[in-house]
Amino acid sequence: MDFTALTISQIQELLKSRQATAVEIAEAHLAHIEQKDKEVRAYLSLCPERALEQAKRVDAKIAAGEALAPLAGAPLAVKDVILTRGLRTTCASRILENFVAPYDATAVERLEQAGAVVLGKTNCDEFAMGSSTENSGFYPTHNPHDLTRVPGGSSGGSAAAVAAHLATAALGSDTGGSIRQPAAFCDIVGMMGTYGRVSRYGLVAFASSLDHIGPFGRSVRDVALVLQTIAGHDPMDSTSAPVPVGDYASALTGNVRGVRVGVPNEYLKGLSSEIGDNIQKAIDLLSKLGCSIIPISLPHTDYAIACYYIICTAEASSNLARYDGVRYGFRSPQHTDLQDMYRKTRDRGFGAEVKRRIMLGTYALSSGYYDAYYLKAQKVRTLITRDFVEAFDEVDVIVTPTSPIPPFKLGERVDDPLQMYLADIYTVTASLAGIPGISVPCGKTPSKPHLPVGMQVFAKHFDETKLLQVAHAFEKAGGFKLASAGGENPVTA
Amino acid sequence: MALTEKDVRYVADLAHLELTEEEMKKFLPQLDSILQYMEKLNELDTSQIEPMAQVTYPSSQHPSLRADAPRKTFAQEEALANAPEQGAGSFKVPRVIEREE
Repeated sequence: MDFTALTISQIQELLKSRQATAVEIAEAHLAHIEQKDKEVRAYLSLCPERALEQAKRVDAKIAAGEALAPLAGAPLAVKDVILTRGLRTTCASRILENFVAPYDATAVERLEQAGAVVLGKTNCDEFAMGSSTENSGFYPTHNPHDLTRVPGGSSGGSAAAVAAHLATAALGSDTGGSIRQPAAFCDIVGMMGTYGRVSRYGLVAFASSLDHIGPFGRSVRDVALVLQTIAGHDPMDSTSAPVPVGDYASALTGNVRGVRVGVPNEYLKGLSSEIGDNIQKAIDLLSKLGCSIIPISLPHTDYAIACYYIICTAEASSNLARYDGVRYGFRSPQHTDLQDMYRKTRDRGFGAEVKRRIMLGTYALSSGYYDAYYLKAQKVRTLITRDFVEAFDEVDVIVTPTSPIPPFKLGERVDDPLQMYLADIYTVTASLAGIPGISVPCGKTPSKPHLPVGMQVFAKHFDETKLLQVAHAFEKAGGFKLASAGGENPVTA
Repeated sequence: MALTEKDVRYVADLAHLELTEEEMKKFLPQLDSILQYMEKLNELDTSQIEPMAQVTYPSSQHPSLRADAPRKTFAQEEALANAPEQGAGSFKVPRVIEREE
């Protein structure tokens, strides 16, 4: 049996019936990584001792007749911007190349308490800044569906690991789409909860008013299981919301009859048929499942990219001021005085995209430009959020494409940062409004080489249950393998 | 608006970044085109709109501050473990105060 192809629920069954041990499942993954990750390059570092120790603890509990923990034995990858005690946490940056985390992020702690087995740390764009994982300070990750293409980003390593069966599930971080877009590019499920749903304690800060930790999985149920484990208030993060967490996995009934699905025209106009055909078919499928499809308008969508990139770079320029070669990380050995040490350390430690964003953010916050850029963007953020609040008076969820483009070739877009930013248009809106979003596969592009297409679902603040129910019903009805180009929807009423 | 090399140097200086000539050549047009794109926001009249810093929740129901109680935190040794240079229980930096002879 191939232990690397299982869902979390299937792993639970095997452990319960003693057909496999957690150690066997962990070892199967480590062996598969050793062979397959040479070409995918999803991981930056592995922690086999920690993984096998945890697997042994799970097996010992089973042997002692204890009840199975909800994620017992599930192999997990963790994006390298999330702290893991005693392990290197680099943010894919040379400036943190040798940083060893002194504590575990709350999300990691909760997952290990629930029996999950952390295998290693995954590659990403440096400090989560990027949409292709090509901004990693170490090496790019390749899309498992086509090794000449990018896996998306910034959480490209986590997405590629799950897609290539190098982990059952993974943690990523999402600031403007960094979980949802790579999930779409790698043909898997990725979710960002409501702002404040998951503690960010131990997540290295990029843009604090937008940062989230969230799960990747190959099924909606697996994503629901990981999310409900990591969600909930944490005294160590004052922005984590003390709102009760539902049993998301148990709410996945497959019934979405009567759910009001909003389709915003701003997200479909100008969309290439490559992506648009699948999204239309996906909407048809939801209609056949008994959802009512309601055209809506989110009129400020067109301003989201400018708004998002002002706010996230401003916050980044402030958050990344801490990397100065004093308390941790790289310090340039050549310098004349303290100021010179700061400048040389930061210049050699940071990559091009991080420097660009620090400069954009510094500019937007600088004297004389603050009102025109940063304050203006904060006001536009109010308008974008208001669009969603008004839309959710009429509908329960909103369905959109995740990305306007399919996975592109490595190196194809690196020289034009503005073009790269513009492709984030469908994901940054939810980030600004703080609402939850999920990306699920919805078939492949109609023309060769048939690349993965993602559908995104939004719900109102803290309505993760409704969002997961729609995504799950879509999956159950065959939506993930939606036939493209004239094929029939695999639907049964 | 057109961004000048002087603007970029000024901002790099504020951000404690030292740019090479090559970086300057690459960044100037890139930053200029991004900032020009951002001026799109001026199409919107926001004179009556309140700025939004982040999503917040009613604090009366859900107090977000934890109790001010003492708890264990990092030992000095752990806090210093990642320091590029340390000595006498402190982070070491290049000299910042000149000694009078």
